[in-house]
Amino acid sequence: MIVPTMADMMAQGKQPEVLFWVGAAGSYDDRAKKISRAFVKILHQANVDFAVLGTEESSTGDAAKRAGNEFLFQMQAMMNIEVLNGYEVKKIVTCDPHSFNTLKNEYPSLGGKYEVFHHTQFIQNLISEGRLNIDDTSLKGKRVTFHDPCYLGRANEVYESPRALIKRLGVNLTEMKRNKSTALCCGAGGAQMFKDAEKGDKEINVLRTEDALETKPNIIATGCPYCNTMMTDGIKFKEKEAEVEVKDIAELIAEANKL
Amino acid sequence: MQYLPNILFALVLILGIGFFVMNIRKLSRNIKLGKDVNRTDKKPERLKNMIKIALGQSKMVKRPLSGFLHIVVYVGFIIINIEVLEIIIDGLFGSHRIFSGVLGDTFYGFLIGFFEVLAALVFIAVVVFWLRRNISNIKRFLSKEMKGWPKNDGNIILYFEMVLMTLFLVMNATDIHFQEAGIGNPISQFIAPFFDGFSPESVHTIERSAWWIHILGILAFLNYLYYSKHLHILLAFPNTYFANLNPKGQFTNLESVTNEVKLMMDPDADPYAAPPEGEEEAVPEKFGASDVTDLNWVQLLNAYTCTECGRCTSSCPANLTGKELSPRKIMMDTRDRLEEVGRNIDANKGTFVDDGKQLLNDYISPEELWACTSCNACVEECPVNIDPLSIIMDMRRYLVMEESAAPQELNMMMTNIENNGAPWQYNQQDRLNWANEE
Repeated sequence: MIVPTMADMMAQGKQPEVLFWVGAAGSYDDRAKKISRAFVKILHQANVDFAVLGTEESSTGDAAKRAGNEFLFQMQAMMNIEVLNGYEVKKIVTCDPHSFNTLKNEYPSLGGKYEVFHHTQFIQNLISEGRLNIDDTSLKGKRVTFHDPCYLGRANEVYESPRALIKRLGVNLTEMKRNKSTALCCGAGGAQMFKDAEKGDKEINVLRTEDALETKPNIIATGCPYCNTMMTDGIKFKEKEAEVEVKDIAELIAEANKL
Repeated sequence: MQYLPNILFALVLILGIGFFVMNIRKLSRNIKLGKDVNRTDKKPERLKNMIKIALGQSKMVKRPLSGFLHIVVYVGFIIINIEVLEIIIDGLFGSHRIFSGVLGDTFYGFLIGFFEVLAALVFIAVVVFWLRRNISNIKRFLSKEMKGWPKNDGNIILYFEMVLMTLFLVMNATDIHFQEAGIGNPISQFIAPFFDGFSPESVHTIERSAWWIHILGILAFLNYLYYSKHLHILLAFPNTYFANLNPKGQFTNLESVTNEVKLMMDPDADPYAAPPEGEEEAVPEKFGASDVTDLNWVQLLNAYTCTECGRCTSSCPANLTGKELSPRKIMMDTRDRLEEVGRNIDANKGTFVDDGKQLLNDYISPEELWACTSCNACVEECPVNIDPLSIIMDMRRYLVMEESAAPQELNMMMTNIENNGAPWQYNQQDRLNWANEE
């Protein structure tokens, strides 16, 4: 798979149209790596001139910030901003709503001002510019429910672009009783991904999976690698792996377009 | 002697309003104990928010039943204040139903009739509220933090409203001239027959008593506000005006940290440099919040505005899954501690004397704080734009940056970010491996 880096681009004296911010999950987590690859396939199909930072990318600091470590966050932010500004990056796209939120909202006041897109927004733009089509026949008839990631939905009020893409897949989109601004967290936000939950009587991801299962889905669509992990774990907990898949919207599009 | 009631009335009015003003000044002093934060930008947007959310109740109706009942009580209370104005004028000048002469019988009758209908609707709504709170098992009214005073406070408010509405209707029903005129008594005409056997004198006495108790009740209720969650009827307005307008996911970048980090990353900075001549070495700023005075004034205003409805808690994923965290409790604790600090200042002639207590640990436990997923459901839910998450985050910052008291697994995650640029222990050189793994 061809994934050009900013360093390569610079060596050739080129400036790509957009930087793909892969994020730590998208780089290292086995499940999330598949999302990164699916998205790159889409970028290639649409002939998008893109690049990644590769080994020059570092954690955005989001998890450190939500855990309360403002020092570590700002150190990460300033290092990343130095790299991004060094490459004169203007446009960023990412599959991770946490990176999306941090880069879009928290970097500007530290000197990093970019136009930041979630991959669902970016793909939607590609479609409206006529650069990409989605095959609406291969997934036809599937029941799909979408889990809103908190950092995409409530945090940044992006509710429509993931839904618009799902509808283009020609599938049957159903809503959970808690959706959009009232959606329930998957349980991973605020650095919870990296620690055990406090004492309680249920895990949050199990409760959210129950919300999803009520819609009797074939596929639970996500737009966040952390939500994806949490919902996948929830499906395993409920022993529904045979009937229900958890897929990122980028994966669904890549699959529909047979990429 | 004939002016005695008027003098008495004026005295009561001055006392009632005076005491209220005194408490409001204390309230404002307490809120100003918070750190400064600039919320004077984007005035049109703020005004729009206030009109939509506080005046227009747009977030209340997201839960239709309680939203609708709330609107009935709210509209009733606002409109019936016109009647209160008449009572005050009558009380001060010894007139009787002064507006009837001014507005003419037809319009006055229509107005009072409208008030009567509203009063009856408010009464019904308040009874339903009471039933919801005390009879039906609505989870958010049964939480731990709702035991004792918070529960009683809620009920006292409802009793107050029931009594005030009843007095208003009785006052009209026993006003013989008003009943005989047959204008604007759509509800009270059905109460009037109850007094049929009474002598005209006793009916008059009942009318005067109802009138007096009504206005005294209103003044008492006004003064009850400061001690009660019912303060939201006033503070909802400034609270929605000064609310955060940034995207909910955007957390503040602590400026004090930015300065430190810039210094750390500046290769030319001399870490051993003495402060410039003549400049006092500044006291290092505290990072995050462990007590109410570390919070900003909007967060403290939030705490006073909270009416403990619990919509935040009932949408909190941590709370829904049985964890200790309740965003409502965060707000109630903040207010309780702020009140305690205020009383301390009053008792010590205007200065705070250390009482060995703070918001963290004495009120809010780290376990509550660490259970938060920062999902913003509580912020979204609040009908008056209170932000419990910002308090949780400021207290986490204190735990981590001042006390290094994060859970062990989070410390590992942070060490990994520091060393490898990722929350997991992978080598940064492997960051692009995913591209070649199919």
